[in-house]
Parts: sequence; C-alpha cells; structure tokens
Amino acid sequence: MDSKLFPEGVQRCSFGQFMIWTLAVLAVFGWGLYAAVLVLYNGIGTTGLDNYFGFGLWITFDLAVIALGAGAFFTGLLKYILKIKQLEKIINLTVIVGFICYSGAMMVLCLDIGQPARSWFGYWHPNVHSMLTEVIFCITCYCTVLIIEFVPLVLEQKQLNKIPFIHALAHNMHINMALFAGIGAFLSTFHQGSLGGMYGVLIGRPYAFREGFFIWPWTFFLFVLSAVGSGPVFTVLVCTLMEKITGKKLVEFKVKALMGKIAGTMLCVYMFFKILDTWAWAEGYLPSVGLTFDQMFYGVAYGKWMFFTELVLCGLVPAIMLVVPAIRNRPGLLYTAAILDCVGVTINRYVFTVQTIAFPAMPFDKWYVYYPNWVEWASCAMIVAYGVLVISLSYRYLPVFPQETKLNYQTGE
Amino acid sequence: MQTKEFKIKWGMVIDIDKCTGCGACMVACQVENNIAPMTKKDPYNYVQSLTKDRDDASNKLKTLTWMNVYELSNGKAFPDHEVAYLPRPCMQCGNPACVPVCPVVATDKNEEGGIVSQIYPRCIGCRYCMAACPYHARYFNWWDPLWPEGMDKGLSPSVSVRPRGVVEKCNFCHGRFMKAKEEARINGEDPDNLPEGAYVPACVDICPTKAITFGDLNNPEHEVHKLAHGDNSFRLLEKLGLAPQVYYMSKREWVRKQGDNYIAGDDAHGTQGH
Repeated sequence: MDSKLFPEGVQRCSFGQFMIWTLAVLAVFGWGLYAAVLVLYNGIGTTGLDNYFGFGLWITFDLAVIALGAGAFFTGLLKYILKIKQLEKIINLTVIVGFICYSGAMMVLCLDIGQPARSWFGYWHPNVHSMLTEVIFCITCYCTVLIIEFVPLVLEQKQLNKIPFIHALAHNMHINMALFAGIGAFLSTFHQGSLGGMYGVLIGRPYAFREGFFIWPWTFFLFVLSAVGSGPVFTVLVCTLMEKITGKKLVEFKVKALMGKIAGTMLCVYMFFKILDTWAWAEGYLPSVGLTFDQMFYGVAYGKWMFFTELVLCGLVPAIMLVVPAIRNRPGLLYTAAILDCVGVTINRYVFTVQTIAFPAMPFDKWYVYYPNWVEWASCAMIVAYGVLVISLSYRYLPVFPQETKLNYQTGE
Repeated sequence: MQTKEFKIKWGMVIDIDKCTGCGACMVACQVENNIAPMTKKDPYNYVQSLTKDRDDASNKLKTLTWMNVYELSNGKAFPDHEVAYLPRPCMQCGNPACVPVCPVVATDKNEEGGIVSQIYPRCIGCRYCMAACPYHARYFNWWDPLWPEGMDKGLSPSVSVRPRGVVEKCNFCHGRFMKAKEEARINGEDPDNLPEGAYVPACVDICPTKAITFGDLNNPEHEVHKLAHGDNSFRLLEKLGLAPQVYYMSKREWVRKQGDNYIAGDDAHGTQGH
C-alpha cells in the first residue's frame, strides 16, 4: 500500500502488520500521555517525588538517555572530523538515536520542572555560575543541531528527493554536515560534562561532591568519558534489536565491532579515572568532612552491591571484554559487554541522582528510600514509545542503512 | 571556600537546652508567611479525581514547613535516654549551596543583612537548590495553595502567596525586616543600623521559652554576637563549609557532637571562623 515510499530496493513488512505494531506502540504512548496530562494539569504533586527527593526517576532517566545518546555526537565527531569512513554505515542510526534521546529528555524536563512555561528563563536570566544553566544552553542548542542533522535524512526519502529543490537542499546540507558534527561535539561534550558538574559542585552532598580542575569538579570529565564509553555500544544494541525484530541484517558485524572497540577504549580511560576518583573521594575527601566510606551506603536500595556492580561487573568487565579483540569479535559477547556497559552508566546516573540526596547529611536525619510512582514510570514509557515510533517510521520510509540492500538481497540472488 | 561577607549579618542563636519542642515557632512561621494548610480535596480541580488525592499534612515529606523541629536522641536506653529538640529555619549560609546552582538567579545572597532571598516569580521549579541544600530547608510547592473558606481572610498582606511549582523557603520573615526599616525611616533613624529587637522573625517572637535569639552577628552590642562566640555554640555541618548564619548552643556534649558532624579528637568547631 505504501511501498512507493520505501527506500530504493528494500523490502518491508505489510502495511497491516506495520499498523498493528504502530498501534501497540501508540497504546503505550497514550498511557504515558495520560500521565503527562495529569502531571501538567495537577502539578508534580501527582508523582512520587517529595521534599527529600526533589530529583528522582525523571532526572535519572534523563541523564541515562543523554549518556546513551552520546553515540550521536561521538560517532559524528569520528566520522566527519576524524574521517573514520567505516562509521558511515551506522552514522544515520546514531543521529536518529541521539535525536530521540535528546528530544525525549527535553520532553521529560518539560514535565519535571514545576513551571514549564518559564523554561526559557534559563536564557533570559542566566546564572553563569550554575552548571544547570550550561546544561539548559547546551541541551537546547544540541537538540537543534540534531534536528539539523536528522533533516537531510528525511529529505532523502525517495518521493521527497524527487523534488529538485529538496534534492539540492539535502545534498548541500550533507556537504556542511562536518560543521554541525563539530558544533554538536562541542555542545554535547559540555552538556555531558555539566551534567556531571551539576552533582560535583554540591558542597552539601558528600556522596557527590568532588574537588575541581579549574571551575569544574572531576565529575564533569567523568560524565563525558562514561557517556562516550557507552553511547556507541548503545547504538549497536539498538541496531541489533532492529535486526532481530525485522529479521534483516542492517549493518555488517565489522562496523559493530569497531563501535565496540571505540566504546571499549573510552570505557577503559573512564574506568582508570573513575577508580582514581573513587579512591581519592573515599580516602581524601570523606575523612576530611568526618565521614567514612561505609556511611555512604544503606540497605538494599543504596547498598554496596550497587557500587561494585557499577564499577566491576558493569565497568571493568565490559571494558576488558570490549578491548580484547578475541572477545569483541564474537557477536554474543560483544552484545553482552554492550548491555553491561549501558547498565553500568545507568546505575552511575541513578546513584548520582538518588543516592546523593538520600544520604542523610545531617547526623540526626535518616535515610529515606525513594519509589517512583506509576505517573513517573508511565511518562518514561511514553518517551521510550516515542523513540520506538520514530525509529520504526525512519526504518520503514527513510534510507537509514546504506548496507541493507547489499547485506540482504544481493548475495542471495 | 568563599564566604560572602556583609556589614550587617542577621543571624540566630538557638539554645537547644531551652527548646521544649512545642512547635509554636512552626505555627508562627506558617501564619506569618501565608503558608497554605495542606488539604486533601481541591473543590476547584475536577481532574484531580482521575489521579490520587492531594497530600494532606500527614505526609511530612510534602508539607510546607519553612521552620521544622527535629528530635535528637542520645541513643541510650532508659534511664540514660535523653532527647533534645532542634528547630531548623533556613540557615542563610555565608557560602550557600543553593545560590550558585540556581540556573535563573531565582535565589541570591546579595542584600545587606546576608539573608538568602528567593524570587518566586522567577523560579522555574527545577529543584536543583533542594538537591543542593543538606539542611532540607527548601520546600517545593507541590500543590496549588488552597485556603479553606474563611481562612483566606487571615492572610498577611505583606507576604506574597506562592503558586504551585516553585521552591520556597524561610527568609527570616523578610516582610518584618522591610517593615522595621520603614519604621526606622519614619522615625528619622538609620534603617541600616536597626537596634536589637526592632526586627525579629515570627518564630523568635513567639518562642515561649525564649530559646531563639535574633540579631546582627557582626554587632558586638547584639546578644547573638556574644552567644555565637560562646563556648557551647556550634553550627550544623560546620565541616562542609557552608558557614550558616544560624548558630545553636547546648551544654550537652552529645548534642553538640551530633549537630557539628563531629569527629573525636578533631577541632571542628570554629574552623570556618565566626
């Protein structure tokens, strides 16, 4: 029915099948939308957040998807600036994933701030000392850059591209893409960094507070490194999931292994500094304010198991797996390492958001455990559904994977 | 650590040994500052019924209490068990954790007197300041403020009512500060040199045991100056370096240890200077 809209020379499932899939995704989206409307109408009292946990699932989700979306800027940097040609086979997908992660994070932020109509105040009354101001500037600018990077792909849609003006526009945008890749890399580096900086400057919160390098606490650099150490493999996972669902080969394994190698190298650098940082924090900073390492952990929700899972099982283990070619080049192991890596960065964002503020800084205060309620879960599910929808539409109608025809149809003929 | 200094530095000294934990300060604060009581039902919001009810005052993690009273315990079994009560207003830190993090300069410490201000119409409700403040002195306005019929007639005209979605906090009853300065001007006195007692926040005013003393910490003629320098005085979490302008005093060592985040054998007290 819609086969004329498909990219050149590819096969897609029937329109009916696609509709069933889309409706299922829309059902999840609708559930989240309902929650979002309740939040906007009744206020965020509707959520499980409270005066103790001003930040919760939403901020964790934001930080995690933004870290995982880092594949876009980092792969863009490597492809357009450092000219690693192999990456052009996956660059479209990284841009789409990045766009979804950033726009999704911005949607969550609209729900999360108490006065969404005032979100532009960050530009109008900026506090240049606040890391969050930097975040507001970079996230909005970079989201714009991602839109600019996504547009040429949309313009390359078969029917649209037949219009001469659009064809020329898409071509010219491609020529200048290195510029946007450069701007994107700059903005996103600062954005990832300031997200880490946001926690590192909390002088009243011993779990997160770090000494600094110039105006930035160490966490600034750690967040950048952990994002580039996990973003590329997240794109690999998305790609593999798409292959499993569609039953087609979309990107050759060599490219995925290369992405794994890139992420693994960055993850090794990150783990080196992260371990140094943790040691300096536990041995230097904590005793200086009369606290011990053991006091930073509590019960199951904030236990040491999570600390070791993040650093060892989801940090050191995937770092080693990804840098050793013999392991990385085996699909099952590459995907396992990628999953561990992504879980690790998510745990990192969770502990920095929730455990940081759960720690009872006042000695007579106590630990509280935070549980998100259904409203928060539903709105996060809405963002995931939105992402699935964008990817599904892009895959069906846009030439996302340049290798698809060669990998699936030509060898068999 | 950079501490912002002012010629006048309004501060409190709270004598924990005098505090009975009666909560009068909390009530006075609520009334003075137009803090809406927490009500479960909102008769004007029909969509509310689609989700959960609003929180009432039983949910202590969602109530608005700019002044909060904590119960301290020495942790020993009867008959050696002792308790103490620690009223906690905003600490008006010299080196506040909340001010540098606010992305929109909705909170600032820039006025003579060293009170940390909060501009409600500018706050975007990101709650970063709440995450930053270890004293939990900042409160988010989770629900639209609602006064049961008739109670709205008791609102104070000198304090703005905050909308839903902004962070609010104690400001040492800033309205009273403005009023005291105004009266000084009318009487031909210097508004920047208020005598002791000309300006006191509501909690200080109402405290039945006179546990709270208020004044200029920089002025040797003010009682707070003397008390803050006393042997038994301490500040909460002194070691983190936030330099609060609220001091506590207690003759009981276990109380001082708890408040000070004390390490045995380490001279924590006074390291930040008075």
